[in-house]
Amino acid sequence: MKEAESRCKFKGNNQLPGKLYVVEGCDGSGKSTQIYLLYRWLRSEGYDVFFTEWNSSELIRASTSEAKKKNLLTPTTFSLMHASDFADRYEKMILPQLRAGYIVLCDRYIYTAYARDMARGCDREWVKNVYSFAVKPDIIFYFKAPLEVSLSRILTGRLHLEYHEAGMDMGFSSNPVESFKIFQGIIKNYYDEMAEEEGFTIIDASESIEVQQAIVRDIVKENLKDYVPSCKHWQTKEVPGI
Amino acid sequence: MKKKKLFYGKGLPYLKLNDLPGKLIVIEGPDCSGRSTQISMLKDWLETKGHAVLDTGLKRSTLIGNVILEAKKGNTLGKKTLSLLYCTDFADQLENKIIPALSAGFIVLADRYIFTLMARDFVRGASKEWLMELFGFALVPDLVFYLSINPDVLLHRAFSKYGCLDYWESGMDLYLSSDMFESFKKYHTLLKREYEEMVKNFNFIVIDAERDPNEIQKDIRERISVFLDSQAL
Repeated sequence: MKEAESRCKFKGNNQLPGKLYVVEGCDGSGKSTQIYLLYRWLRSEGYDVFFTEWNSSELIRASTSEAKKKNLLTPTTFSLMHASDFADRYEKMILPQLRAGYIVLCDRYIYTAYARDMARGCDREWVKNVYSFAVKPDIIFYFKAPLEVSLSRILTGRLHLEYHEAGMDMGFSSNPVESFKIFQGIIKNYYDEMAEEEGFTIIDASESIEVQQAIVRDIVKENLKDYVPSCKHWQTKEVPGI
Repeated sequence: MKKKKLFYGKGLPYLKLNDLPGKLIVIEGPDCSGRSTQISMLKDWLETKGHAVLDTGLKRSTLIGNVILEAKKGNTLGKKTLSLLYCTDFADQLENKIIPALSAGFIVLADRYIFTLMARDFVRGASKEWLMELFGFALVPDLVFYLSINPDVLLHRAFSKYGCLDYWESGMDLYLSSDMFESFKKYHTLLKREYEEMVKNFNFIVIDAERDPNEIQKDIRERISVFLDSQAL
């Protein structure tokens, strides 16, 4: 009972009993590797952990890729389709899992949408409103690398860049690689700009994988100090709704 | 003439829209209120007068129409997800059909607009601020006709048209009653209240839709004529 009460007062996310850790960063920043290793570690420590990635709702993904193929999307519909995908995963998985007291890991969260949609010319306040139903994560890891580093990681050995991935819809350049570089640069600027305002925990993504992971685990370990890894809070306190 | 507001909110900042020579006329009202009958009569009339007309409605978009149908079958979508899917569909119609037609000088007759989407979501407890800002990219129509009809008349029309009541059109997902008949009445009473609350804020022209379709058409044509004449000056 005591523990449950003290959790309520814990500052930070949402007073939900679960923990939400997300990774953000440009393509090629290494964030997916890092969150995978974090997942492996948490599982080995005996925690129940759920993992979800961007643009992966079964129901909506088929339509999104169809629409992307046909280049039917405008910046607004592009934004709204990804928001629908996120909302579907959020309402079915992320929020119920947090209410049940689990640890939830997200490879990309709403900040990806902020950066990409703003880069495509959507209004900043409008985008933020679209996602205003989403709870603030306990930790937002931002894997920050110099643009050249993430670009070379992605472009080495890649023969093909997807149309939207390269930002070809923006009309920067008819060369996909050139367009990708310009687009990633703009996205990186938006991430850097958000870092302070949104309270990102910045990880230097030019360090080795091992060094980065050790830092990530230390930070998560500290954050888990007050965590009660079970569904016992159901008996001890009211779990808030949406 | 006073320049009217183009968008309800933040608009579409990446589009450089100066002047849209066309006119946007919206017909709103619940299912079975007679919207499509009125629209087809209006299209005839306007085309005979020499106007180019595009009629368009919700749920005709190719973008995510299938997702919505799929999801409705299994009843598996959350409220926010459904709001956003409908909003995506609307944005698609607006940017790929309505705006190009307006740029080309067409009169666009919209069989429902953002108001039906908002009314449905308000009844389901959505935040007004969230939805208003979400639909801030919608163009402000030139005219909005609201076909007002009482739930008991609507019930009668639904039976005459389909022979039975529809799960979603009866608001069964709201658990107002486990009895579909009861649920339909309660749901449409709530919807009507939401439409009525929007009348003033969004300049609805309220049309008594319980009358004969020809009488209703006469009213609507009169309003449109006055509007078109005022624009021609």
